[in-house]
Amino acid sequence: MPQITYVHPNGTREVLDVPVGTSVMRGAILNSVDGIVAECGGEMMCATCHVYVEENQLGRTPTQSDDEKAMLEFTASERRPNSRLSCQLVVTPELDGLVVYLPETQV
Amino acid sequence: MAAATVAIVGTGQAGFQAAASLRQDGFAGRIVLIGDEPVSPYQRPPLSKSYLAGESGLDELWLRPETFYAKQEIDVLAGDTVTAIDRTVRRLRLASGSELRWDHLVLATGARFRPLAVPGAELDGVLPLRTLGDADILRERLGQAREVVVVGAGFIGLEFASVAIARGAAVHIVEVTRHPMGRVVSAPISRFFTEAHIGWGARISLGTGVARILGANGRVTGVETTDGQRLPADLVLICIGVIPNAELVSGAGLAVENGIVVDEYLVTEDPAILAIGDCANFPTPFALGRVRLESVQNAVDQGRCVAAHITGHPAPYDKVPWFWSDQGDLKLQIAGITTGHDASVLRGNPESGHFSVFCYRSGRLIGVESVSQTADHVVARRLLAGDPGLTPEQAADESYDLRAHARRLGTR
Repeated sequence: MPQITYVHPNGTREVLDVPVGTSVMRGAILNSVDGIVAECGGEMMCATCHVYVEENQLGRTPTQSDDEKAMLEFTASERRPNSRLSCQLVVTPELDGLVVYLPETQV
Repeated sequence: MAAATVAIVGTGQAGFQAAASLRQDGFAGRIVLIGDEPVSPYQRPPLSKSYLAGESGLDELWLRPETFYAKQEIDVLAGDTVTAIDRTVRRLRLASGSELRWDHLVLATGARFRPLAVPGAELDGVLPLRTLGDADILRERLGQAREVVVVGAGFIGLEFASVAIARGAAVHIVEVTRHPMGRVVSAPISRFFTEAHIGWGARISLGTGVARILGANGRVTGVETTDGQRLPADLVLICIGVIPNAELVSGAGLAVENGIVVDEYLVTEDPAILAIGDCANFPTPFALGRVRLESVQNAVDQGRCVAAHITGHPAPYDKVPWFWSDQGDLKLQIAGITTGHDASVLRGNPESGHFSVFCYRSGRLIGVESVSQTADHVVARRLLAGDPGLTPEQAADESYDLRAHARRLGTR
């Protein structure tokens, strides 16, 4: 099963097995990872599952839809070039080893 | 003195959020979350969307895993019902026979489906959609249903209709008003979605009520409308709105008027009792007077608001309301409350399938309804958080940069 690493703002790392087909957001929720809120449950309505993807892994992530780009303007923490909504990062075998950094705040 | 106890009645999105936010805000006392459904807190929106369609499962519904509640020391009493509130001794009585003492009581009792009072409503195959249990039954019945009648063209009815069509059923929607979703959206949006459903193959009877439901051997066979149509059906969904669950507080002598009456802090007349989510009737700067809103946003933000209140950081509730609905391949997103607008302008062309309706009252922007146009929705949420200062002419002009306008206002 692919492993996803969630890095908290204080540097703590949580490494989780997330099944293929499950989003990085849902993987965090199912394991109660602090720092992913996911108010809307993955509907791209809230931008509270914001993560920063490890820069050199960006190329492995699925492309951003226009809706995701628009909603990323609503993040509580600063939007950066590697900002993603983790509900849109559906885990595939290629995403094994993905590292995402959690922002200071989601709301 | 023993640590304080917060009792939260209702395990929906609002109750869950109040509990989670209390811990996040450092509340160290006891938290008890009580709900009459015998399952862990879950999200309702997918019940009429992806879950109903079979595109998502239970794993996607749970708000948190079971282990979360143990770790956060939140006692969940799922499957028990509060039967009475005794304010004088601050106790709840439960159907199980036990009692619970509280220092703060948060009512997140939600709403229940409004039954249709016509002959035949008790027939097998006449179903509501409100709970996970309802959705499980419908999900299974939709597998065999060939002719579906949907009574009520609100969000839930239309979402259900689009799933039923996609699953191969013939669908007839019966709506007593002339405007589907008319309670919450403007005329252009109502029209657009009506046409969309017709385009997907649904039949729609507007301005028509249900006279009775027809059956044979205890099973539904059709619906007779008030204008005399007889619509064959092997499945009838009743979705004509909800009734807020407020009986508990009227029994306790607190005000009820279209929900549990609270002030701008979401507090009832009893300072130790608060109400949030679908059951709460509250004053808002986003409408004239009071509202009761049924939405995830409202449940979540009000849950946070009461948690802050109880942990010593009270602030009036003032979050911009937002809503969404998925129907077929269309996404409707609403920012603000557009009910009561006296003017509206279109931004974009409905024929393109991507457009927004900007709604005004007395010259001020009060809400924006967007169809598959998330960029407008996001800007609208920003604008409505302050004084939007956006004229109808600017809103209608697609070359006018809304993002730049929002940036100048400096709101998030």
